[in-house]
Amino acid sequence: MADPVLQLSAIRKSYGSGETESEILHGINLRLEKGEFAALIGPSGSGKSTLLNLIGLLDRPSSGQLFIDTQETGLLDDTHLTRLRGQRIGFVFQHHHLIPAFTAQENVAMPLLVARGHPDAAMFLKAGELLDQVGLADRKQYLANRLSGGQQQRVAIARALAMDPSLVLADEPTGNLDTHAADEVFKLLRTVNRQLQTTFLIVTHDPRLAKRCDRIIELVDGQIVADAPNTPDA
Amino acid sequence: MQSLLIIVGVGVGVAVIVFMSALLSGLQSNLIKRTLSSQAHIALLPPEEVARPQVAAENTALRLQKQAQRLRSIDQWQQLRDRLQNWPEIAALSPVASGPAFAVRGDANKAISLVGIEPERYNRVISLADRLTTGELRVGSGEAVIGIELAKDLGADVGDKLRIATADGSDETLTITGLFDLGNKAVNARNIYVGLRTAQTLLGLVGGVSNIDLALHDLDQAEALAQRITGETGLIADSWMRTNAQFVTALTSQRVSSNVIRFFVGLSVAFGIASVLVVSVIQRSKEIGILRAMGATQGQMLRIFLLQGGIVGFLGSLLGSALAWFFLALWRLMAVNPDGTPLFVIGVEPSLVFIAAGGASLVGILAALLPARRAAALDPVVAIRG
Repeated sequence: MADPVLQLSAIRKSYGSGETESEILHGINLRLEKGEFAALIGPSGSGKSTLLNLIGLLDRPSSGQLFIDTQETGLLDDTHLTRLRGQRIGFVFQHHHLIPAFTAQENVAMPLLVARGHPDAAMFLKAGELLDQVGLADRKQYLANRLSGGQQQRVAIARALAMDPSLVLADEPTGNLDTHAADEVFKLLRTVNRQLQTTFLIVTHDPRLAKRCDRIIELVDGQIVADAPNTPDA
Repeated sequence: MQSLLIIVGVGVGVAVIVFMSALLSGLQSNLIKRTLSSQAHIALLPPEEVARPQVAAENTALRLQKQAQRLRSIDQWQQLRDRLQNWPEIAALSPVASGPAFAVRGDANKAISLVGIEPERYNRVISLADRLTTGELRVGSGEAVIGIELAKDLGADVGDKLRIATADGSDETLTITGLFDLGNKAVNARNIYVGLRTAQTLLGLVGGVSNIDLALHDLDQAEALAQRITGETGLIADSWMRTNAQFVTALTSQRVSSNVIRFFVGLSVAFGIASVLVVSVIQRSKEIGILRAMGATQGQMLRIFLLQGGIVGFLGSLLGSALAWFFLALWRLMAVNPDGTPLFVIGVEPSLVFIAAGGASLVGILAALLPARRAAALDPVVAIRG
């Protein structure tokens, strides 16, 4: 088997200290291979968001090891962690978090700009191609706040893909959309996954959404209680 | 919108600073120019005579009476003149023979100060020729140039004759060739300019000069140079700064108070920029969070906000310079003498604008330090969820 895109071993996370210390995650072991399309489900307060923050390198575990593309992250300083995050991980949030004053194309080019430090023609070309891919070829020059909710989320997906990440973390990517737009966005994620072999981990409350993924991981009270392959309905 | 408001705020601050600086430097250089219109920058005088008791002072009770100072010539003034002429700091120098005398015309009798000059040289120290109201600067044998006040007192005009008499009895009758106005009533009422030789004869200073007047390239060096000349020649050197000590003190305190005002205007501009940026960091915390999630390092966030502060400062200073230019143009229009000539000349040096731009950018960056650090320290998790 090839090297995993993501590997967690015995990850624990607690907040506070002394008497007020409370452990949120109690030893998580998880492995995602290249090209997987997995759903992370669980009730509120189960630790989903905490786990997602750890995987997204936005936070550090209290103990345990976390590998991104076989790179151990525990010993990296903040700057290197930030760079690794920028290059290997893409984020899609429930709220699109686009920068309203910029066009769709500029928003998509943003991660490239952040990584390189100065704008060049190639990054806008790449941003344009990604927008073609998510079906927004005719909306490239629209300001982000002039787009519909579904379109904004598609821009956010294009932005998440700008750095060719190995892993895309999607936190309730369709939570804010109506059924039709949600369906479109989900189909897009699926297409990207099949075409680019990008690994997806999708956090969701929605059981119907989860059933359309290849693998369902269930987190309850900070522990993985179920982790099974799933055959999508359609 | 916010940025626009704060840029205008910075602009007003910069405009006040630039306007004040230009006004003040214009005012001061004008005051100095007027004060020095009838004065040399440095006047060299012979050392005072002191009594030297011939009895050893050790065992003798002795009371020295101060000696009365008579009019004397500077020793070997020709050599001194030639030597000082080569000093790079000195723009021009002019030997002068001057002393007290009386001007008599009919029944009128005025105490005057007789000044014997070499007109070409003297004109380079004090521009007398430009200050003539009538006649010309011609002080040959038997000719004199007098002030307008004295002319009024004596009822004389160009072409009239007047008699100059000194205390020791020598006298000479001179023809008035010109009237001057040096902008100082006392000087206009007292000074009579004659040829060097005429004055030497009248004052009993044959071949000698009572003082040497200097003009310098740099006014501010006057006192330092005066002390150097005293050290090297033993002459008394009076700089304009010492003869006008109170005036110089007034100028200095004016400058200090304007610096204080400038400092506080700068401070309030800095606080304005800082407060706007703090608000903008809070408003944009989600965007900051998403940029951090995209891989923007803390250093990059810091730089973005420092840059924003700098840009706000810079644009504000451009606006401010334009505003100041406008105010100054307005001032030139308003502040005029009754006859329509400007009250005084205000020059805006381009360097002032560059300094203002650089200073405002720097203030902007400094003011952005605190908000920028907040932005950099923002926890992306909190920022995105919050």
